[in-house]
Amino acid sequence: MATQTNTIEELANREYKYGFVTDIEADSAPRGLNEDIIRFIAAKKNDPEWMLEWRLKAYRHWLTMKEPTWANIHYPPIDYQNMIYYSAPKQEKQPKSLGEVDPELLRTYEKLGISLAEQERLTGVAVDAVFDSVSVATTFSEKLKDIGIIFCAFSEAVQNHPELVKKYLGSVVPYSDNFFATLNSAVFSDGSFCYIPKGVRCPMELSTYFRINAAETGQFERTLIIAEEGAYVSYLEGCTAPMRDTNQLHAAVVELVALDNAQIKYATVQNWYPGDKDGKGGIYNFVTKRGKCAGVNSKISWTQVETGSAITWKYPGVILQGDNSIGEFYSVALTNNYQQADTGTKMIHVGKNTRSTIVSKGISAGHGSNSYRGLVKILKNATNARNFSQCDSLLLGDKCGAHTFPYIELKNTSSTMEHEASTSKIGEDQIFYCKQRGLSSEDAVNMIVNGFCKEVFRELPMEFAVEAQKLLGVSLEGSVG
Amino acid sequence: MLEIRNLHAGVQGNEILKGISLKVNVGEVHAIMGPNGSGKSTLAQVLAGRETYEVTQGQVIYEGKNLLEMAPEDRAREGLFMAFQYPVEIPGVTNTYFLKAGLNAIRKHRGLEELDAIDFLSLVKEKMKLVGMDESLLSRHVNEGFSGGEKKRNEIFQMAVLDPKLAILDETDSGLDIDALRIVADGVNKHSRKDNAVIIVTHYQRLLNYIIPDFVHVLVDGRIVKSGGKELALELEEKGYDWLKDEAENVTVNAQESS
Repeated sequence: MATQTNTIEELANREYKYGFVTDIEADSAPRGLNEDIIRFIAAKKNDPEWMLEWRLKAYRHWLTMKEPTWANIHYPPIDYQNMIYYSAPKQEKQPKSLGEVDPELLRTYEKLGISLAEQERLTGVAVDAVFDSVSVATTFSEKLKDIGIIFCAFSEAVQNHPELVKKYLGSVVPYSDNFFATLNSAVFSDGSFCYIPKGVRCPMELSTYFRINAAETGQFERTLIIAEEGAYVSYLEGCTAPMRDTNQLHAAVVELVALDNAQIKYATVQNWYPGDKDGKGGIYNFVTKRGKCAGVNSKISWTQVETGSAITWKYPGVILQGDNSIGEFYSVALTNNYQQADTGTKMIHVGKNTRSTIVSKGISAGHGSNSYRGLVKILKNATNARNFSQCDSLLLGDKCGAHTFPYIELKNTSSTMEHEASTSKIGEDQIFYCKQRGLSSEDAVNMIVNGFCKEVFRELPMEFAVEAQKLLGVSLEGSVG
Repeated sequence: MLEIRNLHAGVQGNEILKGISLKVNVGEVHAIMGPNGSGKSTLAQVLAGRETYEVTQGQVIYEGKNLLEMAPEDRAREGLFMAFQYPVEIPGVTNTYFLKAGLNAIRKHRGLEELDAIDFLSLVKEKMKLVGMDESLLSRHVNEGFSGGEKKRNEIFQMAVLDPKLAILDETDSGLDIDALRIVADGVNKHSRKDNAVIIVTHYQRLLNYIIPDFVHVLVDGRIVKSGGKELALELEEKGYDWLKDEAENVTVNAQESS
């Protein structure tokens, strides 16, 4: 086997595969944050007046807020005035087709394994490529339009579909929701927008690929997905960033709205730069994701595979408002070296017969710290609501940590809740058993970890599941000695 | 095929194997018997490459190579198989997937083409019959929720699929009822050929009613105190191990005198 010749040490020092920087001229905002910067961003985006007002409202509110400290994560104070809030690759004009996109950008995505040109030809997945603060290309937009689906950059939606944006923006995550979401509301620059009309089943996977390129720049994107009555959509999100020894902030907001009988599946494979093996650099991934099952019998599922970032702070939740609606959360979070993750979900049961399922798999290796934090709230009128939670932790080595913080608020006596939790260690016994059957240490650990994550991976679309498995393998390299 | 010369090994300075010498030729079946704590399992584990044990002295030559210098996975790839006394559970990984990964790692090492799913499945089906294993065990997770007997049978099944040159069965008979014992023995007998070898580590003689060994060695306190043919096993059954413990002391005295 090829891996045989690599010593564990070599593997540990292997570089983050996506750590390159694209040399492209950028159009950036000056460092710092104030109302002028927000006006600058709004002007860049050609925002209508209402959009600017919304940003300013959020900014003014943000000034009154304090950064949360309750999470089980540790980092030096972030200087919000020493950051760049907008950076976009310079382009002559907004490209109308892929042919007009800067070839340097296309090459970047190709290097990341996402050939936009090829995506255009192959059916199956439509991609919105977000580079720093802007969406650089969206494939299949035209085809999807034929069946009434709107899939475009968020900034385009603001221009072309203001009525939809106005109606739903902030309807799930209000501008005042939390410190990072509010900051995002003030300075967000782009992201994806997706609207599936009544009764339409989206024929392909939609996806957004986020890439941070510029240094000392925060990425603040916003995604809004609306599934009208009886609509269905499956959405994928992937992310990478260059290797830098300073930390970069990524504070995104994702809002999902599912109306009567609609279903949204949202999957994330997050592979932001995690920092080096000593914990230097990496992305702070402070993200607010929430879905609202607004209609009856609607369903929203979140599946996330979090392998990157220096710090992950993320709780994709579902508000189960419509009767009989279903919320699901499947998560694999891996922390290696000095990575920290405090992640979980919020399931808010409002309607009757609402159901939620939570399956969380935390893997800690090296000096990694992994916390599951979940809230299940069953309100007074949520008769016969049900929740099932399962939180499993897997430890590799003896320097890492795993924590579980389940919060439960029950206001209805007819409801049912189940919570299961386990912590296990990859045993020498398991590894030796695999080796005795001919597998290398790395293959053994990969197999054991993937087995541990199986319940989550089977929720991912096929190609994504394969990618996620590989990613876990890469992220774990060097964690066994 | 295998030659063990004066092997000493232990855990954290505590010597368990105190000078074992043993030669196993191709086509032979050896039984290693002995009372609890005599070092039988340690010997099996040391041969398989378990890192917990430290080899302090001696040599093991396997097919002309220095076995002790090989990583456990390389030993497996070179055809050494150990059936575990306590097979390990791997949640979420199906038996088939696990075995296919192992088999292909071994094949790759030998320069053979890796088997695809279809070829693998037909091989597996053929071998399943050998150990009377239920097909449902294939899609179950490795040893998870298996009964004691199922786990042991699964080990023999893995042996049948991987087709090792040297199979070491570490107390595979312990905890088996008579039917399971027969099936396991049957599997081993079918596997045993002119071109491979088997070492059976066992406490009881009863497995040897079904698998007839060419040689029986008795291990007491980390040393082989007696070797003989299959009749030795019967003698042990009759007399127990105590009479050999006295011999063990003699061996110790002799060893001390000669050193």
